[in-house]
Amino acid sequence: MKTIILDSTYFGVLISLGSYWIGTQLKKKWNIALLNPLLIAIILTMTFLVLFHIDYDTYYEGSKYINYLLTPATICLAVPLYEQFELLKKNIKAVMLGISSGVISSLGSVFLLALLFHFDHKNYVTFLPKSITTAIGMGVSQELGGYVAISTAVIIITGVLGNMLAETVCNVFRITHPIAKGIAIGSASHAVGTARAMEMGEIEGAMSSLSIVVSGILTVIGASIFAQLL
Amino acid sequence: MKYVKQFLIILAFSFGGEVLHTLLPLPIPASIYGIIFLFLALNFNLLAVDSIRETSNFLIEIMPVLFIPAAVGILETWGLIRVKWASYLVITLFSTIIVMVVSGHVTQAIMRSDQKQEEQEQQEEQEEVA
Repeated sequence: MKTIILDSTYFGVLISLGSYWIGTQLKKKWNIALLNPLLIAIILTMTFLVLFHIDYDTYYEGSKYINYLLTPATICLAVPLYEQFELLKKNIKAVMLGISSGVISSLGSVFLLALLFHFDHKNYVTFLPKSITTAIGMGVSQELGGYVAISTAVIIITGVLGNMLAETVCNVFRITHPIAKGIAIGSASHAVGTARAMEMGEIEGAMSSLSIVVSGILTVIGASIFAQLL
Repeated sequence: MKYVKQFLIILAFSFGGEVLHTLLPLPIPASIYGIIFLFLALNFNLLAVDSIRETSNFLIEIMPVLFIPAAVGILETWGLIRVKWASYLVITLFSTIIVMVVSGHVTQAIMRSDQKQEEQEQQEEQEEVA
């Protein structure tokens, strides 16, 4: 029976989609930030795999078809960006300085926290690209000599945390303007956070999308400078 | 046929992005090239938004789901993370919140000061007219 289930091409997608659906239902029932559908989906899928001794490769064999759509979906973020372009142009100074401050505070906070935890150079540079999109971040980590596999995990965890906490952080710290919210979410938590920003509104989504592109490119330059510090 | 054409266009940009990523020696992934070129095509009226709208909305809506396989992949790196997981989590959590608060507030503060300046200019103009 187990092999029949595992050999099915649809198994990986089914378990991922099913877990996400359960996540959305829980979120609907109790509206708390911790019940983030994406986080629930990840935990449920992981639990399922561990419990039934299914290895990741078997799961990925089917779920790679979801992964396949990630690049086309990310590219579609150009649509909200295009539709909010007038608003973006009007606020270009605030937007660009906002994203730049995000990049500097990301690199700076990683530097300070790495000092605090007595990280060595290799561990430190592993965390420098944590707030940018996975594909760029992996390259940065490799270039600087970090642990690429750990960087990838940290980038994804950052995204999930951003997705989860976006609303709470904006409320608690009084980030109220939709443009500022979008910049905050995209600069801190790349495409995974942007998925949440898109749900908050068209302006939030557009600004968050722009932040992925700009902060990604700025971090390539900034990280190579910060790497010299420790 | 609508969806076939829409998906075709989106995949064409994905393909183009991937080709550029392979050809150019820059650390920029296919998706970033794709966003930039799709944006330029829309902005310079080479492509109408309506010719991709439904499929684009669909893909953006399902986006959170698309991250599940990669995130579950953390199971594979758990062995490496386990030793220092607490400090890793603290750094990740705090740095994420710091970036959100700083970039959000810098954006908001500059927007407010720009707005004030604009209002002041308008007021001065009105006074001059009066």
